Amino acid sequence: MLAIIGWIMIYIGAIFLFLGALGIFRFPDVYNRLQAGTKCTTLGAFSTIVGVGLVNPPWLPKTLLIAFFILLTNPISSHALGRASYKSGVKLWEGSVVDKCKDFEECHKKEEEE
Amino acid sequence: MNWIIVITLIGLGTVLTILRMAMGPTPADRAVAVDSMTTITTALLVLLGLFMKRYIYLDISLVYAALAFIATLAIARYLEGGV
Amino acid sequence: MAPFVLYLSLALAILMIVGAIVVVVTKDLLVAVIASAVVDLVLAILFYILQAPDVAITQAAIGAGLTTAIFVVVLRKTERFEDD
Repeated sequence: MLAIIGWIMIYIGAIFLFLGALGIFRFPDVYNRLQAGTKCTTLGAFSTIVGVGLVNPPWLPKTLLIAFFILLTNPISSHALGRASYKSGVKLWEGSVVDKCKDFEECHKKEEEE
Repeated sequence: MNWIIVITLIGLGTVLTILRMAMGPTPADRAVAVDSMTTITTALLVLLGLFMKRYIYLDISLVYAALAFIATLAIARYLEGGV
Repeated sequence: MAPFVLYLSLALAILMIVGAIVVVVTKDLLVAVIASAVVDLVLAILFYILQAPDVAITQAAIGAGLTTAIFVVVLRKTERFEDD
């Protein structure tokens, strides 16, 4: 029973990993690619690794540790990359609707001038 | 059969991220591709460890998951302006 | 070893060659550093498939993490674009 749940989780994770990589390949912009890469990849890797632990239950503590490290480090690096690519002047895609960072910086400048 | 489907899907993911790394227009695109490829590779290594039935192979995935974000962080700090 | 692991390692070797070509061809040294990180990563997977886990651990820790950070610091100290 546990093995069947584990295999279902491995399948879900593999499909999410493939879709995340497809998003990285197809999307038009750094920020869209960053979103696809980070969210799909984090869920896919978490599901796959915990699924491996469920298929083979003596491995469960170490797989949980690996999944915890991935949950800890993946958002840090993606946040740093998004911030760095905005600050290094990468343009948004022309179909983008909202730019909250630009609005925030303009408001901040106005407050400083006053 | 299960193994072939799952490992083919994840391997295709690795291929697509490396292609984006090879043809991305800006350096930020390439860094994003490498960051995602690290996570996909960690999942692939854990799966191969279950396939080969070796407990010691999980340590490599642990090292990957704990250390590989340092490279991405360094590249991000460089792009931002200060190391 | 199952045949599809052999095919997987062949595909990974071809991807490693793609990364190495990017390292050689590009004029932007930051791109070269990123691509060499990819080459190190794929090389660690190949060591893993060839059943050498200790070498793969060292390659993952030194190659993917530490070497890239040191190269980026070196790029900060020197210059990024290569002259024609």
